Amino acid sequence: MLRQLEGSAAVAETVGLCRPEVVCAYPISPQTHIVEGLSDLVRAGRLGSCEYVTVESEFAALSVCIGASATGARTYTATASQGLLYMAEALYNASGLGLPIVMTVANRAIGAPINIWNDHSDAMSQRDCGWIQLYAEDNQEAADLHVQAFSLAERLSLPVMVCMDGFVLTHAYERVDLPTAEQVDAFLPPFEPRQVLDPADPVTIGAMVGPEAFAEVKYLAHAKQMQALDAIPEVAAEFERAFGRPSGGLVRGYRAEDAETIVIGLGSVLGTIEDTVDELREDGVKIGALAIKSFRPFPLEEVRAALAGAKRVVVLEKALAVGIGGIVSANVRMALSGIALHGYTVIAGLGGRPITRRSLRALFEQAIEDRLEPLTFLDLDRERVEAELERMASGGRSGPHAENILRESGIVGARSH
Amino acid sequence: MADSNGQRVRFYQVGSFAAGNRLLDPEQRTVQARMDRSNTLTSGHRACQGCGEALGARYALDAAMRATDGKLIAANATGCLEVFSTPFPESSWQLPWIHSLFGNAPAVASGVAAALRAKGREDVRVIGQGGDGGTVDIGFGCLSGMFERGDDVLYVCYDNEAYMNTGVQRSGATPPAARTANTKPIGREHPGNQFGQGKDLPRIAMAHGIPYVATATVADLHDLERKVEAAMELHGPRYIHVFVPCPLGWGAAAADTIKLARLVVESGLFPVFEAAGGEVVGVSKIRHQVPVEDYLKPQRRYAHLFGDPPRTDVIERLQAIADANIARYGLLDGETA
Repeated sequence: MLRQLEGSAAVAETVGLCRPEVVCAYPISPQTHIVEGLSDLVRAGRLGSCEYVTVESEFAALSVCIGASATGARTYTATASQGLLYMAEALYNASGLGLPIVMTVANRAIGAPINIWNDHSDAMSQRDCGWIQLYAEDNQEAADLHVQAFSLAERLSLPVMVCMDGFVLTHAYERVDLPTAEQVDAFLPPFEPRQVLDPADPVTIGAMVGPEAFAEVKYLAHAKQMQALDAIPEVAAEFERAFGRPSGGLVRGYRAEDAETIVIGLGSVLGTIEDTVDELREDGVKIGALAIKSFRPFPLEEVRAALAGAKRVVVLEKALAVGIGGIVSANVRMALSGIALHGYTVIAGLGGRPITRRSLRALFEQAIEDRLEPLTFLDLDRERVEAELERMASGGRSGPHAENILRESGIVGARSH
Repeated sequence: MADSNGQRVRFYQVGSFAAGNRLLDPEQRTVQARMDRSNTLTSGHRACQGCGEALGARYALDAAMRATDGKLIAANATGCLEVFSTPFPESSWQLPWIHSLFGNAPAVASGVAAALRAKGREDVRVIGQGGDGGTVDIGFGCLSGMFERGDDVLYVCYDNEAYMNTGVQRSGATPPAARTANTKPIGREHPGNQFGQGKDLPRIAMAHGIPYVATATVADLHDLERKVEAAMELHGPRYIHVFVPCPLGWGAAAADTIKLARLVVESGLFPVFEAAGGEVVGVSKIRHQVPVEDYLKPQRRYAHLFGDPPRTDVIERLQAIADANIARYGLLDGETA
């Protein structure tokens, strides 16, 4: 049914339709509206016997999910930013144990400096923790991906993160076509766990494993993600047949077939990228876009195929690998063995800085002329950075960077004392 | 139990407790004396000789299995108990058992309980367990959360007073003056672990107002079994803190595990009591009070107190702690809590 509602509400409603048995979360902006919505659904009795557990930390939230999933319950949590980092140890544990937990990550920056706004630093920091990572472009897809995520997770016995841009999507009101309970029930059979804590058939889960078997267990985790490269498009195709709309998958090209320049991005920024591509296409520029929908597993072959005919690739990243630059671009580069094209990494939108069509157009025009630096920070205020570097070079107690820069910006009420 | 003259007769467990068992009615005998005991933590594991934790865990879990008719799931923190019991492909656990991380066993247990509630399987009960490090330090947040939410979990802490699995470093449960790998008695001003409040987790648990808190030791295993059974009669968060000597970490003889667990009680250093809803409702009285020296001397972790000259000043402070416990809990006959 088409409804005008907040992204978080769409996700909460959809997760509810997936009949979770245990939901456990710790509040953190901008994830809160999602779990508040689920709390309401549980309290209103709309989710049957589903348990909603409020905990004292994200570490506990995921730990409760681990216990619940190992007991055979369909289990859901959501977090963002610092919360995802606070879960880090349990993230590896959940995937290592092969527990099909589904989690929404309402993508948000990581401090210091503390910042509540959107970028992808949180999910990118956990790219190697063994979870499948899917990125939603809009709220319709965010909702749809949760139905697919439970299916994928339980099929492969692996945990899945659905990443949706914090505030940009979670707090945006859009038209979303929510599925009916019957549709979701038909698509998503009841959870049949591969392993379960059951007094009738006692098993030991989480034993000590030494060098004689550790590599094999880790290889299996990789092998299952490789299986996910097949399962993700299969589930997306099944979803499209059942619900009548495309969503998910590994990658999605936009006007990319004959493009000489291809811009790669993840999540909601694709909308702005595609608008800019349209503008440039009107001027006769052969430019297109490629959305990476599944970052883990990383679809090397699909990315390679999409870039095979291009002359250059611009990877627009909402995260920064400090000390080298791009994270997504390093992955894209692995897809390019033997393909000679110019590659540009653009760090954009950190801490919620708007990525505007104007900035993108100027950026792409530079790229087309191959005038871009290999690593570019979009809309960076060079003057302020230089001033701070100079202050530091002057020696002595130059003070904290963030506060110095804020003071010079003259915003947020920071004052010199 | 009364004799033929109607006089109250007391039976005390001794080292082997076999005599005590024979004198009891069959129904009152220890779970371990029964042919149908579950051997939840079965033989063949890799615990050290004289391990108090292995003993405590076996009695606690078998009692819980008996109380729940075998419908029990355990969540275990990282630590000695986890490591010595599951060097896969071997596992000593004969119940469904999960180990996730060092600091999250209470939360994992909460998750198991939540799943069982959601599935309408409340006949299956949940036990969480860990050592003192996993309980009073790194798992403390999760434990407090589990208590506060009222989750239906019995959590058992096997307290051997330091991080034994990593090589005997101090924990929040290490007693004052004890030598550990990072509280070595170096110089007169550092006589082992610092004096201070430490973390008295049974009392912290009581402050949560949970239905049941108890302490026990491996010197009185029948008492431990009874407390586990009492705990399984109740629902909601329950906490049992079991004193388990560690021969390796304490520098004690493997044969002295039971003796040390008895002496710590008789000295007053470890009060054995039960509490309901945050109030103490029963204490195990001291039968033959001993000075703290009797407990300290057999342990090399306190050897620096008995040099030449001995650290009588430190020993006096330890005796003062025992005396305060005796007064607080009314541990001597004629005293009330």
